[in-house]
Amino acid sequence: MTGPLDPPVRTLDPAHGRHLLLQMLRVRRLEEKCVELYSAAKIRGFLHVYIGEEAVAAGVLETLAPEDAVLATYREHGHALLRGVPAGAILAEMYGHVEGCCRGRGGSMHLFDAATRFYGGNAIVAGGLPLAVGMALADKMSGRSRVTVCFFGEGAVAEGEFHESLNLAALWQLPVLFCCENNLYAMGTALGRSESQTDIALKAAGYEIAAWAVDGMDVVAVEDAARHAVEAVRAGGGPHFLELRTYRFRAHSMFDPERYRDKAEVVRWLERDPINLLRAAMEAAGQLTAQEWEQLQSDADAEVAAAVDFAEAGTPEPLEDLTRFVYSERAGDDRAGAGSGRSGP
Amino acid sequence: MKSSYREALRAGIREAMLRDERVFLMGEDVGSYGGSFAVSLGLLEEFGPERIRDTPLSESGFVGAGIGAALAGMRPIVEIMTVNFSLLALDQIVNNAASLLHMSGGQFNVPIVIRMTTGAGRQLGAQHSHSLEGWFAHIPGLRILAPATLADARGMLWTALEDPDPVLIFEHGSLYNVTGELDDDAGPVDIDTAAIRRTGADITLITYGGTLPAVLDAAEQLAAEGIDAEVLDLRTLRPLDEAAILASVRRTHRAVVVDEGWRSGSISAEISARITENAFYDLDAPVGRVCSAEVPIPYAKQLELAALPSVDRIVAAARQAVSAGG
Repeated sequence: MTGPLDPPVRTLDPAHGRHLLLQMLRVRRLEEKCVELYSAAKIRGFLHVYIGEEAVAAGVLETLAPEDAVLATYREHGHALLRGVPAGAILAEMYGHVEGCCRGRGGSMHLFDAATRFYGGNAIVAGGLPLAVGMALADKMSGRSRVTVCFFGEGAVAEGEFHESLNLAALWQLPVLFCCENNLYAMGTALGRSESQTDIALKAAGYEIAAWAVDGMDVVAVEDAARHAVEAVRAGGGPHFLELRTYRFRAHSMFDPERYRDKAEVVRWLERDPINLLRAAMEAAGQLTAQEWEQLQSDADAEVAAAVDFAEAGTPEPLEDLTRFVYSERAGDDRAGAGSGRSGP
Repeated sequence: MKSSYREALRAGIREAMLRDERVFLMGEDVGSYGGSFAVSLGLLEEFGPERIRDTPLSESGFVGAGIGAALAGMRPIVEIMTVNFSLLALDQIVNNAASLLHMSGGQFNVPIVIRMTTGAGRQLGAQHSHSLEGWFAHIPGLRILAPATLADARGMLWTALEDPDPVLIFEHGSLYNVTGELDDDAGPVDIDTAAIRRTGADITLITYGGTLPAVLDAAEQLAAEGIDAEVLDLRTLRPLDEAAILASVRRTHRAVVVDEGWRSGSISAEISARITENAFYDLDAPVGRVCSAEVPIPYAKQLELAALPSVDRIVAAARQAVSAGG
């Protein structure tokens, strides 16, 4: 058995490698389309893209079972897609259509999907961590061997909820995997300008949680680390923590002029594009032909094109349904219905 | 049988624990200490530390954990020591518990019950004495309960646990030691309707929670003066039982709202507005209000008492309403 400090095992099955490449390409192409649609005013509100960080979601989500639960942040299009939420339902949500995964009530930052146990889509930094702790607590109390995985950025480390949640998870030995996506900037604030201790895995270790840092641009390394951690969590080993060192290639949101970082820094990180890294490694090892690469790209493009068609064909939710889903709808009870007079205070 | 409000709450928790294995109680000092107000005394011994779960002082963490547990199929009762401490958990209560169902397009409801102590009168100063339940009643997605009687202390919890959505229960600190008769077969009660605690024809006194005893005393005093006051206990602050409020006011044509919260931007303001919006032409006098003075609740006894609604102030407000107009 490998330990957390052992180097990742590099015996990549070519078919699996192509699968990982496709997963990252699906996210990349979907989000490139989102940016285009945002510029065309088809998508509004805030839009935060994950471009550059795809290896993190692709590697971690590869290791989960359908019964596991996933929580993510407002930069969660990729997590939703790779967890199994259809691209069309994601894009329709950003269009604000009924066919969206949240019927247009969530938008880009609040994607949820019960079928795949995808619990958002939380736009309060660190707000998802206590939820993950509670979901893991429910699993432990019920004797279920499910794993709850919670993604958050390194900005969350400055929030009290981060520390409260890690303490609770360790105190109660809960089956939760914390995945810190360290892209070095909390919006525009560099890690070194916001944390007195910038070694995030060390902070987690301070709560007696098994924690280690991983190259988040190397999808194989991410998958290896996540598999090790998920297996340990599922086996009753208590909470685990991965710091995934990655980089956001694009602006924080569509409103970000990027005054806080050098172009040269971005260029250096672009050299470590997770898709290019895996592609180059596989090509060098004779595991990826030009034809296979073309096929992966056209598969990803076709999925996105179908998703756009699906979103374009969607319908707006009728205005009379505005106040639905404030309270649960129960048989014989119109409390949640519009105009019922019961949904006000 | 004889029961205190505290014992009635405990009986409600105990019944819920026995009826549904998904129910558990979590909060600061609910276990070994027996509850900071002794509500859960003895439950740790009966149900064990998994289900009577002591937490660290992490309000946001354990309230959020309760929300997560509810999402994953449990029926948690989360106890927060006082309403002032609930402010540390506002993010979880407002941004998650109250919002998840809507944000998820109806996919994820949150069946959590959060109990907390509210209110003043015990010389505990500004950080343990406020009445912020009206604030929470502002939030769509929440149900807000204020049990004022032994029967409600005993019976609201189970009904709240059966609600698929988040319910907050506010227990006024001055009520824990109130003792009285509770039916031997007391059990779950509805959490939708207001209750008329005293019928009357001349004026409606509208209140809830910790001020109900003072309002009932005031009604007795008014009766001695020949003013027949009806006392309406709201019981649920969200959703308000507007029909009960309007029906009573249409009978009595006068209303005074008594609320330990501050007057500005309060639940008493909301009630007053609803009466004037819907029953203006039934009124014979302006709607009166008796609220707390707009100060952080002070420690010194005479100052604290002066800040709170009192029997004298309630009687005076009722007299003024009755002497005004038709």
